[in-house]
Amino acid sequence: MIILEFALITFLIVCAIAFTFSKRLLTSVIIFMAYSLIMSIIWLIMESPDLAITEAAVGAGVTSVLLFLALKKVNALKGKKDE
Amino acid sequence: MEVILAHYYDIAAVILFGIGFLTLLLHRNLIKKIIGLNIMDTSIFLFLASKGYIFERVAPIVQEGATNAEAYINPVPSGLVLTGIVVSVSVSAFLLALTQRLYKKYKTINLDEIIVLAKKEEE
Amino acid sequence: MSNSNYNKDKIPSTHSKAPWNAFVGWVNGDTPEDKFEKPELYQAPKQSHDAHNEESAVQQTPMPQAENEQEYNTDHTEQGHFLLKEKFTKFYKVYIVIAVIIGCFVVGILAYAVCCLPPYGYAENPVNNEVSEKYLEDGLEDTGATNAVAGMILDYRAFDTFGESTVLFVAVIAVTMLMKRSMNKKDEEGERLVAHETEIDKKDQNLILKYGAMILVPFIILFGVYVILNGHISPGGGFSGGAIIGGGLMLYAMAFGHEKISKIITYRSFTVITSCALLTYAGCKAYSFYTGANHLGGDIPKGIAGAILSGGFILPLNICVGITVAFTMYGFYSLFSKGDI
Repeated sequence: MIILEFALITFLIVCAIAFTFSKRLLTSVIIFMAYSLIMSIIWLIMESPDLAITEAAVGAGVTSVLLFLALKKVNALKGKKDE
Repeated sequence: MEVILAHYYDIAAVILFGIGFLTLLLHRNLIKKIIGLNIMDTSIFLFLASKGYIFERVAPIVQEGATNAEAYINPVPSGLVLTGIVVSVSVSAFLLALTQRLYKKYKTINLDEIIVLAKKEEE
Repeated sequence: MSNSNYNKDKIPSTHSKAPWNAFVGWVNGDTPEDKFEKPELYQAPKQSHDAHNEESAVQQTPMPQAENEQEYNTDHTEQGHFLLKEKFTKFYKVYIVIAVIIGCFVVGILAYAVCCLPPYGYAENPVNNEVSEKYLEDGLEDTGATNAVAGMILDYRAFDTFGESTVLFVAVIAVTMLMKRSMNKKDEEGERLVAHETEIDKKDQNLILKYGAMILVPFIILFGVYVILNGHISPGGGFSGGAIIGGGLMLYAMAFGHEKISKIITYRSFTVITSCALLTYAGCKAYSFYTGANHLGGDIPKGIAGAILSGGFILPLNICVGITVAFTMYGFYSLFSKGDI
């Protein structure tokens, strides 16, 4: 079990660093979705199912959709490097 | 090594906090700053929720006739974090709305260009 | 200990150049051939510098570094911008170094402090004091809720949750002020964008999205309702169920366009339903304060633990919170996408 937790934590940190160094905003939002999903799995392991449901619905669902809409409004969905 | 094994969630939360903090300081793109703020939020939630966990105990769904505190984890951090998550989404929605208004006015989301354009407007 | 670990992850450009560049390239979807000279962190100021170089026609010799902020305000326009730009590039190098140093310093202090805390996951830790024991042992008797978290946030600390819902409501009001297209002042560009969107909605024959949404949306909303109604006997509750229902409404609006959903949810019904949910919450809570009970009113039957109709006021409060959260989430989506509800 502790190996799984370490793997998940490593994935979280790699996700955060990859988000920081990604050039496209679309990539960073998708990385943030993966981050939120892994975070909800960690909360399931931590025996807090309320938090897991809420994070999976809010972090990976609603926040990412809002970020996508904001990207569309600021015309950042096209192109290769938009920063 | 023992210290890390005894505190691995806390150390992960601190590292994530540092990454979010540096993103907030170093990036000039407003949307990246907002996601960095979200990562900082999540790291604080991870720290808080990890305080409530106790080994070999189950989630606080109390069964009739087994109302013994020895069997369940601590419900207080879960309750605190649950409300915090919803506040974080409303804060990020508000920040995104502000960003879109800035884009509507200045046609950019880079902070430097916005500062330069605002200076030009002032003069 | 973790500080050095952090540094190794964060600034590896001197030690492990090739794998780092490969990682950054992999993140950005580049082929391994085109490598970056530097991480993108250090390039950002340069790009903005170039972007403004084209705008200003004045080419001067670099002025001595402006130390205080008043200096470039006194010059006339173009020279002032030149100075501002110059100050940015010089200021940036110092700024980046200072930011990294402060970040590492904060992380180091926090890591040191964290290592002095009691270890993870033991029952003897000072966090697990008599408060959580009280909630767990007397919670079922006091509140009638099987889920101790729901009993805590909706009974013992219901006033806190009321503030929470109010925060959401205030957030949606603020976003409405910022994003809603005004009726009096015509916004040409916004109108054009919305007309374009509507045209796409009508013309688009995205069958996979439409059929997928047609199958998925009822189950998503049903699951959200289940989570809300079972909030006091199983994991879940108003916040999570409301977010799930909001996600389902978003998917519906995304697949079938705003035309169909605006028949159900208009601006007027949105405000009325959200305000009524909050007022019902406030009324229930005021009743319990009026009757002077620590936990919600003595004359409300607690019911049999584990049944749906149990837990006193927790079920209606859960429904109120769920309605508020669901409508707020949909309101965010609608305001962001078309500037109206």
